[in-house]
Parts: sequence; C-alpha cells; structure tokens
Amino acid sequence: MRPDTTFEKIAWPLGFGLLVLVLWEVVVRVFGVSPAILPPPTAIGAAMAGSLPILWEDWVQTVVKGALNGLWMGTLAALILALIIDRFDFLKRGLMPVANFFAALPIVGLAPIMVMWFGFDWHSKAAVVAIMVFFPMLVNILGGLAAVDPMHRDLMRTYGATHIQTLHKLRGPAALPFLFNGLKIATSLALIGAIVAEYFGSPIRGMGFRITTEMGRLATDMVWAEIVVSAVTGTALYGLVAGIEKRVTFWHPSQRG
Amino acid sequence: MKKPVIDAQNVDLTFQTNDGPVHALKDVNLQINKGDFVSFIGPSGCGKTTFLRCIAGLETPTGGSLTVNGLTPEEARKSRSYGYVFQAAGLYPWRTIAGNIKLPLEIMDFPKAEMDKRVEKVLDLVDLKGFGKKYPWQLSGGMQQRASIARALAFDAEILLMDEPFGALDEIVRDKLNEELLKLWAATNKTIGFVTHSIPEAVYLSTKIVVMSPRPGRITDVIESPLPKERPLDIRDTPEFIEIAHRVRDGLRAGHEA
Amino acid sequence: MSKIIPVLTVLVALIVIWYAAAVKMNSTWTYDQAERAGSEVTISELITDTMSQKRPLLPAPHQIMAELWDTTVEKKITSKRSMVYQGSITLKTTLLGFGFGIVIGIALATVIVLSRIGRLTLMPWAIISQTIPIVALAPIIVVLSNAVGTGTLMVPKAIIAAYLSFYPVLVSMVKGLQSPDQMQLDLLKTYGASQSEVFWKLRLPSSMPYFFASLKVSVAAAFVGAVVAELSTSAIAGLGARMLIGSQFGEPMIMWAALFAAAILAAILIFLVGGFEKLARNLMGGRAV
Repeated sequence: MRPDTTFEKIAWPLGFGLLVLVLWEVVVRVFGVSPAILPPPTAIGAAMAGSLPILWEDWVQTVVKGALNGLWMGTLAALILALIIDRFDFLKRGLMPVANFFAALPIVGLAPIMVMWFGFDWHSKAAVVAIMVFFPMLVNILGGLAAVDPMHRDLMRTYGATHIQTLHKLRGPAALPFLFNGLKIATSLALIGAIVAEYFGSPIRGMGFRITTEMGRLATDMVWAEIVVSAVTGTALYGLVAGIEKRVTFWHPSQRG
Repeated sequence: MKKPVIDAQNVDLTFQTNDGPVHALKDVNLQINKGDFVSFIGPSGCGKTTFLRCIAGLETPTGGSLTVNGLTPEEARKSRSYGYVFQAAGLYPWRTIAGNIKLPLEIMDFPKAEMDKRVEKVLDLVDLKGFGKKYPWQLSGGMQQRASIARALAFDAEILLMDEPFGALDEIVRDKLNEELLKLWAATNKTIGFVTHSIPEAVYLSTKIVVMSPRPGRITDVIESPLPKERPLDIRDTPEFIEIAHRVRDGLRAGHEA
Repeated sequence: MSKIIPVLTVLVALIVIWYAAAVKMNSTWTYDQAERAGSEVTISELITDTMSQKRPLLPAPHQIMAELWDTTVEKKITSKRSMVYQGSITLKTTLLGFGFGIVIGIALATVIVLSRIGRLTLMPWAIISQTIPIVALAPIIVVLSNAVGTGTLMVPKAIIAAYLSFYPVLVSMVKGLQSPDQMQLDLLKTYGASQSEVFWKLRLPSSMPYFFASLKVSVAAAFVGAVVAELSTSAIAGLGARMLIGSQFGEPMIMWAALFAAAILAAILIFLVGGFEKLARNLMGGRAV
C-alpha cells in the first residue's frame, strides 16, 4: 500500500464535506424545503455573517465562562485527588471501580440541580462541566500513574530515588499520554455539559439559550449558525489538545508514526 | 585477606504466590571481593536474577544474612552503591540519550557542570560519542544497551549489577559488547555481578563463575577462572577456556539431574 | 476478590460525606425558619430537620431511596409517576440507539478498512463527529425527523443515542478488521482467496474479540445519549424528562430519584453487556483484547 500524502489526507475529507454542502443547497432549493425546517447552507452563512456580535457574546458565555472554567476546575480537582489517592493503595483499589462506573453515568443529568444550586449564570454551567469531566480525568490520571514499566520503576529504586523524584521524573511523564486521552474526552463533554445546562435556565445569552429561543421562533438559520459555531469550537478544542499532545508526548509510540 | 564487598550467608527467599509458596533461593553462600567479575549462570527459574535483585535491595531475603560493605542491601542502595543494567535497555523514551544518562545524576543532586562532564565521559567509554542528542528509539538495540550501561556508570557506583544485559541482542553485537565490557572493567576496576545463560559469555567475562540450579534456586558450583585478565576474543578457542566451559556445563547438568 | 472491601469502604465514605453535606447545605433553610419563628435550634433538631425537608437543596441518601421505593415498588407500572415506566422508555431509546450504533459502526468500519478512499474520507469526519456537541443538534434532529414523518420522539432520541454509541464500535472494529497480520493475509493469498473471502474468513472473525470489547463502552454511551436526548428535546417521558419536570416544578426529590434510577439502570445495562462480553469471549476461546 502506498502511503497517504498530506494532500490526500486533506483533499478527500474536505472534498466530501464540500460535496455534502453543495448537495444540501441543491436539494433545499430544488425541492423548495421550508427554511424553518432546513435552511440552505448559504442562508446559514448569511445568518452567521449578519449576527457576529451575538454569536461572539454567546460563545464567550458558553465556551469561555461555562465550558473552559468547568474544564480546568474538574481537571485540577481530578489531578489533585489522583496525586493524593495514589499514595494509598487501599483507596486506589476502592476508588478506581467507583470512578470508572461514575465515568459511565449520564452525569449531565445533574444540570438542573446545579442550576438550582448555583443560579442561572455561568457558575452552574461550570459546575456541571467540572463534575462531568472529573471522573474520566480521574480514571485516566490514576491509570496513567499506574502504567509504569516495572523495569523503569526498579531503576529508580536502585538510584534510591524519593517518592517525589519518582513522580517527577518517571511517573509524571509516563502518565502524560493518559492525561491527554482524558482531556480529549473531557473537551467534548465540556461543551455538551455547558450547552445542556443552559436548557435549564440561563441569562439571555449563551449558545444553549440561543438555540432554544430561536428554535421557538422557527429561526432555524440562527440555530444552525450556533451549531456551526459549536461544531467548530468542539473540533478546534480537540485539535488544540491533540496538537499539544503531539508536542509533549512526541516520544510515545502512538505519536511517532 | 580483605573483607568481601558482598557477603551472603545462608540466604533464603520464599515468595508467597497464589499457587502457594515458591522457594526461590535456598541456602545461598557467596563472597564477592572488590574488583571481581562474577557471573551467575543457570537455567530459567534458578534464582540468578532473584539473587542479583537481593544484592541490589530490590527483593528482601526471608532468611540468612546479606551484607554489602557491611551495610544491608537497602542501606547500600540508599547510599547509591549500585549501577543496575536490566535485560532491556529501559531508557526513558521522553529523554534523549544524554538526558537518560543524566537521570541518576539529577536524582543524586550532582552539580550541573559536573553532570555534563560525566555524560561526555561515559558516552565516550561506551563508544557513543555524538549520540547524546538522539532519542532512544532512534538507536539500534545494541546502541540502546550501551547507553544503559553508560547510565549505570555515570554516577560511579562501586558495584555494577547486570541482569542478562545482552540477552536480547544478536551474537555478533553481543561479542563486540562483551569485549567492550571487559575493557571497561579493566579501566574502572569495578565489582561486577553479571547474570547470563550463555556458557561462553560467562567463561569469557568472569573471574568467578557461579553455577546455579532451580527448584529450589541454589548454588551448585563456584568456579574460579584461571584465565588471564587480558582476554582477546580468540581466547575462546584455547584448551583452558574449553575446559572451564566443560566444567560449567557439567555443573549445570548435575544441578539438573539432582 | 481483593476489591470488595476497598470499594465498600469508599462507598461508605461517600455516603458519610453526603450526609454531612446534606446537613450543611440544608441548614440554611432550617436556621431561616427558626429565625422567623423566633426559636433556637439544637443540634439534634438541626439534624432531624435537615434530613426531612420537603424541598432540600441536597436530600439525604435515605430520602432519595424512600422516594425511589415509592416511585418504583409502590406505584403501578403504568403510572406516569412510576420510575419503572419512565426507565423503560429510556431503556427503549437506549437499546434502539445502541442497535443503530452497532450497525452504523460496523458498516462504516467495513468501508474504512476495505477502501483507501473510504478511510481517507470518512475517518476524519468520524472523529470530528464526536467533537461536535450533539445537544446543539438535538432540536434540529427533532424537527427534521418530524418533517420526514416519524411521528414520535422515539426516533430522534434514538438517533442522538446512536450518534454517541456508534463511535466506540467503529474504532474497535477498524482495529479488529485490521488486526490480521501480513503473514495471515499472505497465507490466504497463496490459497488464491478473493477480497470477499479474505473479509469473511479472516478479517471478520479476527475482529470479533474487538467488537465484543467495545460493546460495554458503546452501551454506556447510548444510555448517556438517551438521557441527553430526553434533556435536550423537551421529552415528556423517560428518566431525563423526569429531571426536566422536577426542575420546572421545583421538586428536587423527583430530580434526584430520576438521577439515581438512571445510575441503577446504567449499572444493570453495563453489567449485562459486560456479562455477555465475557460469555462471548469464553465461547471464542477466552482471548481478551
């Protein structure tokens, strides 16, 4: 098999995306689909261009204040707890299965409760996001700290290294691929949590708020505009994490390619 | 007579496993003097690696006494007496070769300038000059293993413990590294404990060959090598060499039948 | 099982922390009431009151359990207030979405493995699909499926569940279908096997352990998807809908009970699929991935 060129790696998916857009436009126009049901891509583009200030305001509210705040809080909390738990084998054995199970639950269901606790503004959104990302991050960090080559660990012992030295020089770096794995999951969850929580009450801005109100007014083009923004944001965040991962864990077999 | 560096008296080690206790070492008595090159040879499961790990304080014997310079292995480890080389190179993939060699130096708080000097010196010793900036996965298996030896030499530990360091390499590379190891030993005069299951390797390298046998792991023979310290590769065709190799093979067979 | 005691310890610790938090969080209301009535609150009064409020900020676990008992065992299954009824709606959505997800995941994986252009075109979009917050799309999916005339909310909800659950299957199946090594492929080539024979006799069988290993993650994703769908499509039935109703009417007990019911249902689903995975693995000779 010949290797994929960079051109092919970009051209094929891009071409496919463009083809879908063109077909969409043609179908909507030829069959005269009501714009309230499915607006054509050009109308969505026009709606976006015409309401940049609103989209920006919503984006700041939902992504920056809600999702990103929750993301760093949840990640930091998971990191701190993981470093503490790591010192107690008994706790680790007990907490791993519990955290694993919690990570599989629809924690997003806490959204209405968080709105009740922390009010309509971004604090409740950040709280939902923080709890949602906490468990996958905890599981991944603990898993990463445990995933140390026994030979590497013995080596540190022959040097008489301290716990902190081993953590800093061996287990920390070895856990990084796992940390990034968790972060990739967490970024997707963060956006979902921040938007869902707005469905349960929000100030008069935010992507989730805009989607529900514009949907109520049958202004579907504006709903699509928010969808485009959220999709681009989701992909960009993922890309950012993947990009940092590539630079930081360049040594890992999965990144050497 | 001088006091031995490593002194094992009736060392016993039993592992508790899910399938009941396993008697890994039984009644092991051995004295290793400063500057000795001691090989441990025997079939899988004879406890040779376990014994090496006991010396390094990575396992704790369940009976008998084991001292290193009069200290317990644990204390000796904490005072950084060992350079340990494992079967695989075990280099950290996120560090360059130089970074890997610096690792023990960082842990032992060497000053910065001293670190760089030592890295240069040991890279030169193992013939890897100019490879310091490479990452481990960019080097061949033989070069990686040389780097791991350099790492073990970097902090000038008194005792070098090597657990089948060349086991995963092909014969040609292994011959070359054996020759280099002898040169290194002559240059540094370190005490070396070396685990292998190759008879020619053990005979070629050692001043003392410890033959072990399994179930329970124990010493069946200790052979003092009469070979001179200077050993070109073709010494392996001399009658003396072949005679020692015979004795080792007999020891292994006897242990097997017993 | 060396895990049981540590796990139980952690669970007990969580419950203790929960009770402490319940007392702390609900005490504000108790003190307010007492101040209005001009009376003092003793510690024992505080504890009993914080655990028996009708609309607590954080209900104590036993209150939630009582509510759960009330809405599962005591209510008729046909009642709208029965968690069993609501749970069965969510379960139906989950299983439908899980089924769609498996079919879509396997189909896409097959295309991706068999065709170079399919892989180049589809793989990036499959990854991108998971970075897009599906909840933003939820209202549109409802409108579109109404427009093509599906009638009920079940289809759009199942689509959302499938959207989250196809990905783990896809990733595992791509890995599984590519797992035969060059030697095995060459061997079939020496027999003169056709592309389709290679697929049916080598690739598909070797992918099975990977497939079964992906099911647990996939069913959990489908379940999360079903709840998310209920939350974001203003559904009137299902556990997610109970959370909505509890939120609209300011009834925290309903929300918490629905949340716990969701956790229990998720545990049952994961347990059953996990058991199925083990069974399938044993039947295939106990090879784990």
